[in-house]
Amino acid sequence: MTRKHILVALVQDKPGVLNRIASTLRRRNFNIESIAVGHIEIPFLSRMTITLEGDDAKVEQVRKQLDRVVEVIRISDITYENPVEREMAMIKVKASASTRSEIIQIVDIFRANIVDVSPDSLIIVAVGNQEKVETFIELLRGFGIRELSRTGTIALPRGGAGPLTIDESKPLRHVVEHVLTEEEENLPNW
Amino acid sequence: MGNSQDNMKTGAEILCECLLKEGVEVVFGFPGGVLLPLYDTFPKYPQLRHILVRHEQGASHAADAYARVTGKVGVCLATSGPGATNLVTGIANAYLDSVPVLAITGQVPTFFIGKDAFQEVDITGITIPITKYNHLVLDTTELAEYIREAIHVAQTGRPGPVLLDIPRDVLQTKTDFIFPEKVDLPGYKPKLFGHPSQIKKATDLINTVERPVIIAGRGVNISRAFAELKELAEKSQIPVVTTFLGIGCFPESHVLSYGWLGMHGMGYANKAIHHSDLVIAIGMRFDDRATGVVSAFAPHAQIVHIDIDAAEIGKNMNADVPIVGDIKNVLQVMNKQITKREHVSWLSQLDEWRTMHPATEVRDHEGLLPQYIIRQIHEVTKGDTIIVTDVGQQQMWAAQYFYYDKPNSFVSSGGLGTMGFGLPASIGAKVGAPHETVWCICGDGGFQMTVQELATMVQENLDIKIAVMNNGWLGMVRQWQELIYNKRYFGTQLYNPDFVKIAEAYGIKGVRVSKKIDVRPALEKAMDHKGPFLIEFVVEPEENVYPFVPPGKTLVEFLEMPSPMGSLKK
Repeated sequence: MTRKHILVALVQDKPGVLNRIASTLRRRNFNIESIAVGHIEIPFLSRMTITLEGDDAKVEQVRKQLDRVVEVIRISDITYENPVEREMAMIKVKASASTRSEIIQIVDIFRANIVDVSPDSLIIVAVGNQEKVETFIELLRGFGIRELSRTGTIALPRGGAGPLTIDESKPLRHVVEHVLTEEEENLPNW
Repeated sequence: MGNSQDNMKTGAEILCECLLKEGVEVVFGFPGGVLLPLYDTFPKYPQLRHILVRHEQGASHAADAYARVTGKVGVCLATSGPGATNLVTGIANAYLDSVPVLAITGQVPTFFIGKDAFQEVDITGITIPITKYNHLVLDTTELAEYIREAIHVAQTGRPGPVLLDIPRDVLQTKTDFIFPEKVDLPGYKPKLFGHPSQIKKATDLINTVERPVIIAGRGVNISRAFAELKELAEKSQIPVVTTFLGIGCFPESHVLSYGWLGMHGMGYANKAIHHSDLVIAIGMRFDDRATGVVSAFAPHAQIVHIDIDAAEIGKNMNADVPIVGDIKNVLQVMNKQITKREHVSWLSQLDEWRTMHPATEVRDHEGLLPQYIIRQIHEVTKGDTIIVTDVGQQQMWAAQYFYYDKPNSFVSSGGLGTMGFGLPASIGAKVGAPHETVWCICGDGGFQMTVQELATMVQENLDIKIAVMNNGWLGMVRQWQELIYNKRYFGTQLYNPDFVKIAEAYGIKGVRVSKKIDVRPALEKAMDHKGPFLIEFVVEPEENVYPFVPPGKTLVEFLEMPSPMGSLKK
């Protein structure tokens, strides 16, 4: 079934990681709807939230390929874990003396914030899930949107330990060295 | 920094020290402007053998073949810009065949990066899709760590090529040299042991089904699970079919060996898979050349898929029982759980198919057949040689008409199908296995793609025997034009130079053979000769490779050699 999926990943904060992830998704012909990256509570680690459209099997396939990227520590598809999703939009909308109060009413209904006021426009910040943000933008469209910037979705699964919960009592080193047996070592050199 | 002055080393020295500590003995390279600090350092490390190639592509293929025959990481080295881009084909080749190759490229000094400096190219960006891991090293203090990580990643888990891009000033700067004891890659943890309950499911199936077949791929070679595979097959009496790159992982002279599958695989191997009720796929990835139309692959079978790379499970083929782990470990556990079985009627059915569709008999024919030459090479060498092939018809004949009993004795470009691979790869194979005989089988087309490496061979005095099958065509493409494009030949006929004179110009002994009767003496002469030797075989120009599963067909719809072309000799 094709639907929107939310992938969350813990990655090492190194140059080129985003590039490798984007490259893998492009190769499998996925169109990235949004991607949000930021540091987390542990130094040198970042969390990525990727939203994309795709059928379950194909997304699972690409998830495994992304997991193969050396700098990816863990990656999980939380689509079916009832996650809390939020994104933020900043909207600069035209506002004349006659439309201003109507806009403020809509802002109140959506519990958005006006963060800048100038004679002919307002900057509004809205936070919510994708659906709410999109409905809000649609309502403002009639007044004339001058500039629009969205962060893309970030998400956390509800409840206690999620797939990316880090057990801080354990070291992050999990490298398993491949140790050759004596028999293997003695194989002729062909 | 640096309480002991002795430990202050330049980046170039650190690179050499790290390579030696990692057990690297050979570097295939080609110098250039930004690599000069490194080439100035090499003489201080005579234990590190540098082999000067004639084109960077040659370095990458040589490193690739070196890794295939030794199981160790192969190292190639190129300068920035065009040197680096010339490695790309070889890196892609190693990526598709899961070969541990470390590619080191020089880069313009850090203060020039991003300014389109002379010979600057973003090689880490270019190679992202074809490397397992790559990095631009911007600080000499991080160099040792990156080298350690790169080599670790290249040769563990599912092996693959890695690339380090090192700017000139990073090679020149001095720093305190500390060889990192541990690799710190929290995100990299190859799964080495299969899940017990999955293994149980698989062995339950093996213990009950009636028509099982094993498909053994290159993963068996990589994991060195030869003894385990043999035990599994013998104990349970399961026929073994290999993939093209799995050739040699199970002795072809074994009674349970039924050749290899796929587009030019043996008809009986393809039939065995088609009619089986259980496919045990070990270290293979259901490549389209192996499966034919994938939806009709093994239609009556359940699939057990064992691979170390989780991303291979379900990629091309759904598995009923996936097992992710190192093959050697998984098979060891499986072998303890399987029961002794007989599959008498199934095996006799396979033997019947083998008689019905003989694929490895050289037919009686007056002209000089490439198949005949391959078989003669087998006889002259008694099978005790490493066969390195190029890509095309001769590659398929070399795989079909030679019997491979030794692991890693067949070196060929499978996934990428890189013409020009053969000659430089034979150099890597010979350097990696100096006591083995190495035969390089090339066509007249592929041979000319990397012909300049003959000079490398002479300069390093590498005793390689080269057989050039000259049919005056790009044979495999011509075959497709004949069979699929109704003989509309275009762009496939070759004007060729005198290959014997070319060999002689490089200082290599060469002979031309165009009659059947001269084949054996020429091969014996080549074997007796100390040093490289080239034989140009002027072969039947329009010979085709059979069996042939045409594109878009299932494995059992293979074409066999039309009978008017000659009767089969038993």
